Amino acid sequence: MSRVTKFAARDPGPSARIVGFIAHLRENGLRLGVAEADLAMSALVEIDAIQPGDSRRALRAVCTGCKEEAERFDDLFDSYWMDMGRVRQKVTPSLSNAVNDGVHSSSDATGEHTGSTGSATAPDGQEGAADSDGTGKLIASENRNLNRSDLRDLVRPEEIAEAEDVARQIGAALRDKRSRRRVAARKGDRLHFRKTIRSSLATGGEPLRLLRKRRPDRTRKIVALCDVSGSMSLYARVFLAFLAGLMRADTAADAYLFHTRLVRITEALRDKDAMRAIGRLSLMADGFGGGSKIGPSLMRFADTYAKRFVDGRSVVLILSDGYDTEPPAMIAAALEKLRKRGCKVIWLNPLKGWADYAPIAEGMAAALPYLDTFKAANTLADLAALEHDLVSL
Amino acid sequence: MTWKDLQTALGGEGYVASDDLAVALQLALSLGRPLLLEGAAGVGKTEIARALSAVKDTKLIRLQCYEGLDAAQAIYEWNYQRQLLSIRAASEDGVTGKAVEDRIFSRDFLLERPLLAAITQEAPPVLLIDEIDRADEEFEAYLLEVLSDFQISIPELGTITATTRPIVILTSNGTRDLSDALRRRCLYTYVAYPERATELAILKARCPEVDVRLGEQIVGFVQKLRGEDLEKTPGIAEMLDFAAALMGLGIADLTADPAVLQSTLTTLLKTQSDKAQITPEVAGRIAGKAA
Repeated sequence: MSRVTKFAARDPGPSARIVGFIAHLRENGLRLGVAEADLAMSALVEIDAIQPGDSRRALRAVCTGCKEEAERFDDLFDSYWMDMGRVRQKVTPSLSNAVNDGVHSSSDATGEHTGSTGSATAPDGQEGAADSDGTGKLIASENRNLNRSDLRDLVRPEEIAEAEDVARQIGAALRDKRSRRRVAARKGDRLHFRKTIRSSLATGGEPLRLLRKRRPDRTRKIVALCDVSGSMSLYARVFLAFLAGLMRADTAADAYLFHTRLVRITEALRDKDAMRAIGRLSLMADGFGGGSKIGPSLMRFADTYAKRFVDGRSVVLILSDGYDTEPPAMIAAALEKLRKRGCKVIWLNPLKGWADYAPIAEGMAAALPYLDTFKAANTLADLAALEHDLVSL
Repeated sequence: MTWKDLQTALGGEGYVASDDLAVALQLALSLGRPLLLEGAAGVGKTEIARALSAVKDTKLIRLQCYEGLDAAQAIYEWNYQRQLLSIRAASEDGVTGKAVEDRIFSRDFLLERPLLAAITQEAPPVLLIDEIDRADEEFEAYLLEVLSDFQISIPELGTITATTRPIVILTSNGTRDLSDALRRRCLYTYVAYPERATELAILKARCPEVDVRLGEQIVGFVQKLRGEDLEKTPGIAEMLDFAAALMGLGIADLTADPAVLQSTLTTLLKTQSDKAQITPEVAGRIAGKAA
């Protein structure tokens, strides 16, 4: 590494710099506490801290906690330590707009990369201003242009609270009945011999109390993929609120947005402050309201994230109208791949609520054979009504 | 011991660790923190624990996680059968009350499971908690408690405090997100598929009898194959199997006989559709490029 750090002479010393670095990481969305700063210090004592490479590796081991963070770490490290000692301008976090400012000033040359991996840093890409192209036109013309809009204008906090309830109900409705192992239960179908014997010790070896066991219902993991292309912008408000509610109600749920590309938004939506979460989201959803590439997005999902997060206990929830600019065969291939992982696939199409709707959009028609459930959903009430259908899955 | 020494020592045990991994391991050892390793299946996450226990010359205690794993299988369990027999015997001898209780709730009747075994060793062992993402979240929470306090309380017996602190290594395939609390407690390293040079070194360490040219072909072939759109990407273990298969068949050049190459691909491709995708022509093309 040829670049060197040049901290000012009045710099208070290494510990202050480490604390500053931890604060820098924290402002960029890594969840670090006071203990990490302490640990980082002791880690640097253990290795040869003069070597930038060693320090980088040590701090990476201490400060990151998942693959996405580990990938971003190098950029964050460079921007703090290798930027000729220029520490970022101080940012006062407030709920209004500060989140955006904070991450913008720190996003460096590779900002685009970090944006696409679902981080809080995202460049203000110009390509996001694309018109709704292709099949999205029908609806986009009736609706105001949502390109580059702040999603916080769209979603109200009370809607998120409402959506949270709906999401919780849906989560409760989706129970996996298949389970091999039995666990103790008051009204079980079988005797729990071990527990019975154990409790018989209290009654001199006579099994007076018969304990039972049964197969437990296991929760299903919900993976939601939401289409935010131009044709869907009318419904984005409901669905975004639903996603935000879902992430708050169910800690195992996973969420993605797609328009022309796929973005994982799980981490962003986990933010404790619901509105700040939506704010982080609007930074990532660059190209919101643009064209839609459902097939490639689903394919990318099936090839990457699905391998990690989708299994036989998952339910994949696709919120889209099925208007795709790419060949429909791609959707079919992607869904087939997904189905092979053993998950259930539910497609919620807002257009299905129309009086004489038929799935004639090519993409939708191609997808139909691979769906477990195909339903309409325009409003939160519709989503809530889904509960009954989902129980029967 | 610096991380470079550790890296060399691991190399002596046939494990080629990347610089990142070596630093993280060294820190885990010196700071006494658990190390969380994430990565795709077959990149050598489990193997690192074995190599480390060999380097440190200590016992390796392994806890394989699975859905439904509970405290009885992970920490301790009373030996009910022995207890019952003992109660029977005691009543025949005329011993009753407190004496029986003391006897059946002693360490003799306790079945040690991996976690308890790990903290009651004489010398600090390597505790490998494999595929933690398969365990339930409830278990993860319990594990946190054990990993932070290094003590286990057994209601009938009292609290057992660790005699030694084990070196803890957790692995995860990333099938679900782990809790933030667990991630915070651990040092973290993402283990990626190795670079070409690293993989060559691994092959050399594990199968020294493979000659240099064939070794380069094998590694090049597998690296190219990873770039293909496969359902199950071949890991390092598969690569070693592949090398062993080629050695067993006495093949010196990958491009020589497409039919034999195709038959050895069973060591690399593990699903029907992957096999259908890598036809002899495709395999031949990849082998040609790799050569």
